[in-house]
Amino acid sequence: MAIKVHGSFFSPATMRVLACLHEKGLDYEFVPINMGTGEHKKEPFILLNPFGQLPGFEDGDVKIFESRAITQYITYTYTDKGTPLVYHDPKEMAVLFVGMQVESQHYDPPAGKLAWELAIKPFLGMTTDEAVVEEQEVQLAKVLDVYEYRLAQSKYVSGDSFTLADLHHLPTFHYLMGTRAKAVIDARPHVRAWCADILARPAWQKVIAMQHS
Amino acid sequence: MAIKVHGSLFSTATMRVLACLNEKGLDYEFVPIDMKAGEHKKEPFISLNPFGQVPGFEDGDLKLFESRAINQYITSTYTDKGTPLVFHDPKEMAVLFVGMQVESLQYNPPAGKLTLELTIKPMLGMATDEAVVEEKEAELAKVLDVYESRLGQSKYVSGDSFTLADLHHLPTLSYLMGTRVKSVFDSRPHVRAWCANILARPAWQKVIAMQHN
Repeated sequence: MAIKVHGSFFSPATMRVLACLHEKGLDYEFVPINMGTGEHKKEPFILLNPFGQLPGFEDGDVKIFESRAITQYITYTYTDKGTPLVYHDPKEMAVLFVGMQVESQHYDPPAGKLAWELAIKPFLGMTTDEAVVEEQEVQLAKVLDVYEYRLAQSKYVSGDSFTLADLHHLPTFHYLMGTRAKAVIDARPHVRAWCADILARPAWQKVIAMQHS
Repeated sequence: MAIKVHGSLFSTATMRVLACLNEKGLDYEFVPIDMKAGEHKKEPFISLNPFGQVPGFEDGDLKLFESRAINQYITSTYTDKGTPLVFHDPKEMAVLFVGMQVESLQYNPPAGKLTLELTIKPMLGMATDEAVVEEKEAELAKVLDVYESRLGQSKYVSGDSFTLADLHHLPTLSYLMGTRVKSVFDSRPHVRAWCANILARPAWQKVIAMQHN
């Protein structure tokens, strides 16, 4: 099969790519990488991603890494398949570029750290660092205040359609909704409604189902 | 004038946008924001960027923020002006998407913190945190080892043309070359050559010249 994703069902970055492939209705082969044995830090995986992080991605002779680069490549290339996830009008695309930066530069730092401390560490039998949780919850609250304001003006973060800018949030939201950090989301009505909406999408539900298989 | 950049000539993010506008040969109005007076945290600037960070950007009635989003907007809109800075072929674009993510998520975290500690803090009369410098220098070295390997295979980070993926490094690179961290770049021959090449570009030199006026 031309498209291959090398990663882990539990890695947020891997899940980000899988969500995009499902939204586009594309077939792919999943190649599990055993992080427990450090497979991601050795050859052959490290030839796919020299930073030794999941996921790695192949589409024929295209070999790339960084989940948000992979999703942009997918949506840029398979324009006529499934959910568009991007715009074509330059002004609409501009707002989408902003939304994608905001997710990665403002939302993901606190959200990613909280998902790690509250969901992934316990799963791996490691101890949560309460000081980090307290600090990052405050950070997340400030960021979500801006989202609350934004989501009062449009249904999705970058306009009235579901796009990559929304999709990129899914893996961390999924983890946070199972932890005490859920309260930060639920305290903001527009954010809460938007979260519920995007987490309910069938393409995302398929990604979650893969974790249980 | 249709294009306006609201920011500070010493802010790396503002400089990132000015570099792009200069490469494209576009006219614009520069609107200085007085960060010492906290102008970026108040109206009217905060309506342009709700996160209260420079720069803010206008093109007619379009209002944007996040320097990398602004640059992607500029390059996808003004395709026939100046340096292309992007590719059109999906396979070449794929590698560019990766290069842009690597700059922002792998290179910029240590490079940005080192710029803050070694250049901005002294400029503002604040004390450098040596522990942070030591930690971030080690992190930067690991990242630049990957760059060294990459730049042994192609002239620029995402292929044989200068693109946004290279341009986005310029502001922090320029500052760090004036600090002790210069040695981390200079000890890697391909990285050193690439740095010298991109810092010498006339469009970048124009940005530096603005600081001295």
